[in-house]
Amino acid sequence: MERLKHPANLVILGLAGITALFFVLPLLGLITQTPWSSFGSTITSSTALDALRLSLIASLASTVLALAFGFPLAWILARGRFPGKTLLRGLCTLPMVLPPVVGGIALLLAYGRRGLVGEPLDNAFGFSLPFTLPGVIVAESFVSMPFFVVTLESGLRAMNVKLEDAARSLGASRLTVFRRVTIPLIWPSLIAGTVLTWSRALGEFGATITFAGNLPGVTQTTPLAIYISQSSGQLDTAIALSLVLVAISLVVMIGTRNRSRSESRASA
Amino acid sequence: MRGRESLDRQLPDDHVVPAGRGHRRGRIGVTVGACVAAVSVLAACGSSGGASATAGSPPVATVGNGQVNGTVIVFAAASLTNAFDKIGSQFEKAHPGVSVKFNYAGSSSLATSIKQGAQADVFASADTTNMKTVTGAGLATGEPTIFAKNKLEILVDKGNPMNIKSVSDLAKPGVKVAVCAASVPCGKYSTEIFDKANVTVKPVTEETSVTGVVTKVTLGEADAGIVYVTDVKAAGDKATGVPIPANQNVVAEYPIVELKDAPNSTAAKSFMQYVNSPAGQKVLDSFGFLPPGS
Repeated sequence: MERLKHPANLVILGLAGITALFFVLPLLGLITQTPWSSFGSTITSSTALDALRLSLIASLASTVLALAFGFPLAWILARGRFPGKTLLRGLCTLPMVLPPVVGGIALLLAYGRRGLVGEPLDNAFGFSLPFTLPGVIVAESFVSMPFFVVTLESGLRAMNVKLEDAARSLGASRLTVFRRVTIPLIWPSLIAGTVLTWSRALGEFGATITFAGNLPGVTQTTPLAIYISQSSGQLDTAIALSLVLVAISLVVMIGTRNRSRSESRASA
Repeated sequence: MRGRESLDRQLPDDHVVPAGRGHRRGRIGVTVGACVAAVSVLAACGSSGGASATAGSPPVATVGNGQVNGTVIVFAAASLTNAFDKIGSQFEKAHPGVSVKFNYAGSSSLATSIKQGAQADVFASADTTNMKTVTGAGLATGEPTIFAKNKLEILVDKGNPMNIKSVSDLAKPGVKVAVCAASVPCGKYSTEIFDKANVTVKPVTEETSVTGVVTKVTLGEADAGIVYVTDVKAAGDKATGVPIPANQNVVAEYPIVELKDAPNSTAAKSFMQYVNSPAGQKVLDSFGFLPPGS
């Protein structure tokens, strides 16, 4: 108790309290302003249900893509030795710091109907990504996958490679080593990266509306529906949908953290 | 047994042997925590298309003798962007010491911001409905005045490759049409036009402002879009306009008003006067707007 009263600790406590309030108050604002009486009907309206369904599909698809394509990239960035690696990492993780709308425009110029890759694709198959659900998934992947790559790369770097060597020297196949040694060792970052990627994809707005457009039932994900409804004066719908997004993200964030804490305590 | 030896050599890294499960999982909390912090920070830079906040301009001092000074914040419909930018710089030249700050967005979005307490001096809407949202909430000073009119036109790809000649051509299968969302004036007008032409158009996207429609067409993502005549003019040679006949067209009226809590009421009035003055009207005309009396 004596130590707690130290002036430095009081300052830290005070500042931490302010920081916590800074994050909690907006959530309280949402909750207190939620029109609970109409919440049920608002959230089951076709616009809301379509938006939530599309958000779920697109964000999960982006997460699966991150696992399939982000994993090899993280592996190469962590283990590979080649010139220009730093540059490659910078380029592949740029979307993390780029305004999403810039990402959306860049996507249009590359994968749009007149884009670098999009034009030949359209000419050959008559298919273009903008205004389609795959377009939404591409936009969300562009913005969210770097979070997976960065998190997983740091996990791969932090793990002890000697354990893999040991297992291999004992005769384990590459696959067995990967499955039984590597994966368990990087498990925390794998989970963290997956969760981050998924939640970032779920909240994506700027790149999606720029690249994939906004059409209810086709490309209008929840953040887009929230923006459209708040700008057209339907604040009730906007708040109700926001609350659902907040609830989902909160459950996932707390869930992941709790599990890891109880596990680390059990081993202590 | 080379392997045995190498294993022995490597074992001293004691705590990471596979038995230490709990220990290595303990890291996940830290990782998630750190990354969540990173996400929060990044989200701040990421909230691009989001709500239109007021510019953080300081409160303004107006000096006597009718002289205007300080900053005047104008919330204006996205379709006014080019014309108002020019009017703004001319106004600043005519009144040294005044700086005009514009916040351009869809009129409905601006009306929502104002209702939510955004601080601004002047509101210029692309329709009377969103203006009524603001005046109806008692947030304006005096009656709004119509300062310009606008008509709508079909914007198509440069050279009109899809050969679109009329509104009903937009209903043809395979034509990708971009419109504004029904919540913004240009979206409401588009619906009126489709109704008047008696066609059912299935758009590929409902953009949040008319500028979004222009972008989608000029980039070639959409084949056509319903925009204002002024937007077709602004697009220059990047796109082509297809006129909509008068019996199917809509005349958009642009009202302007001083806001009740205007931090700089003097400058607000002065700016509105300038917009309605011959100099202001000349600029509007040069961008394709029609005079209010037309």
